[in-house]
Amino acid sequence: MPERLTVSEAPYTIGIPPFRPGEKADFGGGFAEQPGDLNRPEVTCTAQDTATHAVGLIRVLDDEHVASGEWDPKLDEETLLKGLEHMMRLRIFDDRMIKMQRTGLLSFYMRSYGEEAIAIAQTMALEEQDWLFPSYRQPGAQFVRGRDMVSMICHCIGNTEDNVRGRQMPVHYTWKEGRFISISSPVGTQFPQAVGVAMASAYRGLDEVCISWLGDGTSAQGDFHYAVNFASTFKPPVILNVVNNQWAISTHANLATGGRTFAERGLAYDIPSFRVDGNDFLALYAVTKWARDRASAGLGPTFIEVYTYRAGAHSSSDDPSAYRPQDEFECWPGGDPIDRLKGHLIGRGLWDEDKHTELTERIDAEVMAAYKEACTFGDLANGPYPPASTIFTEVYEEVPWHVQEQREELGK
Amino acid sequence: MAKMNMIAALNSALDLQLQRDPNVVIFGEDVGYFGGVFRVTAGLQEAHGAHRVFDSPLAEGGIAAVAFGMGINGLRPVMEIQFADYIFPAYDQIVNEMAKLRHRSGGEFWTPVTIRTPAGGGIRGGHHHSQSPEAQFTHTPGLKVVYCSNPYNAKGLLTSAIECNDPVVFFEPKRCYRGPFYGDPHKVPTWNSHPDGEVPEDYYSIPLEQARIVKEGGACTVIAWGTMVHVAEEAIRQSNVDAELIDLQTLLPWDRDTVVESVRKTGRCVIVHEAPKTSGFGAEMSASIQERCFWHLEAPIERVTGWDTPFPHTTEWDYLPSPGRIAEAIARTQEA
Repeated sequence: MPERLTVSEAPYTIGIPPFRPGEKADFGGGFAEQPGDLNRPEVTCTAQDTATHAVGLIRVLDDEHVASGEWDPKLDEETLLKGLEHMMRLRIFDDRMIKMQRTGLLSFYMRSYGEEAIAIAQTMALEEQDWLFPSYRQPGAQFVRGRDMVSMICHCIGNTEDNVRGRQMPVHYTWKEGRFISISSPVGTQFPQAVGVAMASAYRGLDEVCISWLGDGTSAQGDFHYAVNFASTFKPPVILNVVNNQWAISTHANLATGGRTFAERGLAYDIPSFRVDGNDFLALYAVTKWARDRASAGLGPTFIEVYTYRAGAHSSSDDPSAYRPQDEFECWPGGDPIDRLKGHLIGRGLWDEDKHTELTERIDAEVMAAYKEACTFGDLANGPYPPASTIFTEVYEEVPWHVQEQREELGK
Repeated sequence: MAKMNMIAALNSALDLQLQRDPNVVIFGEDVGYFGGVFRVTAGLQEAHGAHRVFDSPLAEGGIAAVAFGMGINGLRPVMEIQFADYIFPAYDQIVNEMAKLRHRSGGEFWTPVTIRTPAGGGIRGGHHHSQSPEAQFTHTPGLKVVYCSNPYNAKGLLTSAIECNDPVVFFEPKRCYRGPFYGDPHKVPTWNSHPDGEVPEDYYSIPLEQARIVKEGGACTVIAWGTMVHVAEEAIRQSNVDAELIDLQTLLPWDRDTVVESVRKTGRCVIVHEAPKTSGFGAEMSASIQERCFWHLEAPIERVTGWDTPFPHTTEWDYLPSPGRIAEAIARTQEA
């Protein structure tokens, strides 16, 4: 459990990050928590049965990338390799997108760097009919569900093939076919909305679960409490994740809570609550599968703190070297989620460096081809953009007279 | 036909929609077992089940968010905000989320939520049980805003609001729940003897975006909504001017043709609302009417509204537009 740091001489408590630029980040040499520390309770358990899980850390992969303990999901080779491939795809995709942003072909971008395992492992642990209600750092779920990469890039560009017609900033994906619900910039609004989605699934008698994510910073919003409290009250099939990547732009998690862990909050609402190593693909998969099984059995919500580290900048507009040590990620004991799953696969003899290089090159080519194809539908610098008439459509089901008048005034 | 007050008429609309559409659910604070603090949902839980009509935790933002999510996933939620004054914790969910969802998702997602909320003054409610915040929603593209005024249009408009595939904020003038209000708090008529208290028991609907001409006239157009429709009616009686009274019914989008045709005919216009004047919906009406009717106008457009102050408790009769103030405004339009 991390120590909470504060400014002691202030007249009231001011949370501070452990290290500032110029200081040596030192996290004490590794996680104290080890695989096997925590049992895997029955899905019929009470919230109190997870009391130790909410302050501990569920891990499956140890520092040598060896899997052990009750939480080991014992995934088959195909699933593991698929997970690795999706994480690599997301990282390469992100790198290409940030290059596009730097060269003026995108207005803005947000990478998932260091957090690739989260949406990918968790979505892989769900069923196809389950609803995804993400924040902006879970785009990887779309790869799991098979979204066409060209379509994703077209959205980020906002070109003529953008399925949301150039109306939203990049990374604000919508993909109904994949049950990936539209992303909204005001942070946290999706959390209680996900509870409503899950209540509707339950009302309709469908075996559907809704999963949602928000960040440690966003957990300070009222929407967080609405969501967890409504989930606690109505017990719909919902999985609520706080992705604690420790940084909300420049605000450290020590300012997002005066408590110890985020997972502990769920216990107060009588919801089974787990704190999981967010860079451990296997642990994430296992905990999410547990939550889905519980929800599917009609036993209600699960609350998860996904403990990770935001390895990159918040967005293309952010410069983290202004508020944290530049090498903090390298010092952080959670490591890199891709390296960890890769190491595990190599250790089991299922993977090697040659295959890894080969796959990297294949995905590189795939991303480059998708990027080139997407740009044929227009890029930010050169257009073409969606027609201006799309400003006026889909505001309502039918265009009302006053909007129609204004469209005619624009004359396009 | 049956005699109904506005509460019974709204209850009838909800009851019929619960019967007609298995995806309609109703929830909010105190709306379930108890049937709502104003009794609008009385008996509905018993008739339709606790999973369809239920109480929620006291969190307007949570209620709106959950309704949003239900609407995405095939339901047609009707949520209640107990007093319009308490809608603001839900403002982000309504204005940034519900209103923009269809547009921001390229039409892939939409949420057909109806937000019922009692609004307006005249019940000694002070500044937090009396406000009429319609203008805070008419400024939001993607929402429809409705304001009923009597039992007959309450039922017909609520029916349409629930069937609408866009989010609708539905204001109910709580002063008129049990009877029309003509500006005199010492006279408390009921809907029993009012023609609009005659309400069909069966299903019917009144289209949104349609105003209602309450009384025809040639000398001045008076536009009002909610409780002010009745106060304006009384003002016209006192003014001895042959004014035409329009109950706007839907504010967003409003009925351009009915309003423009009337003002072009009368050449004079008075707009009445109980919300504060500055940036009130009357300002939008006034600007829009002069854009469309300037060459027909014989006098400046008048606005009679609540003051630009918080809504008072014991002095509310001096806050709300009175028949006298409205009659004076009508008279001023006749001087030109």
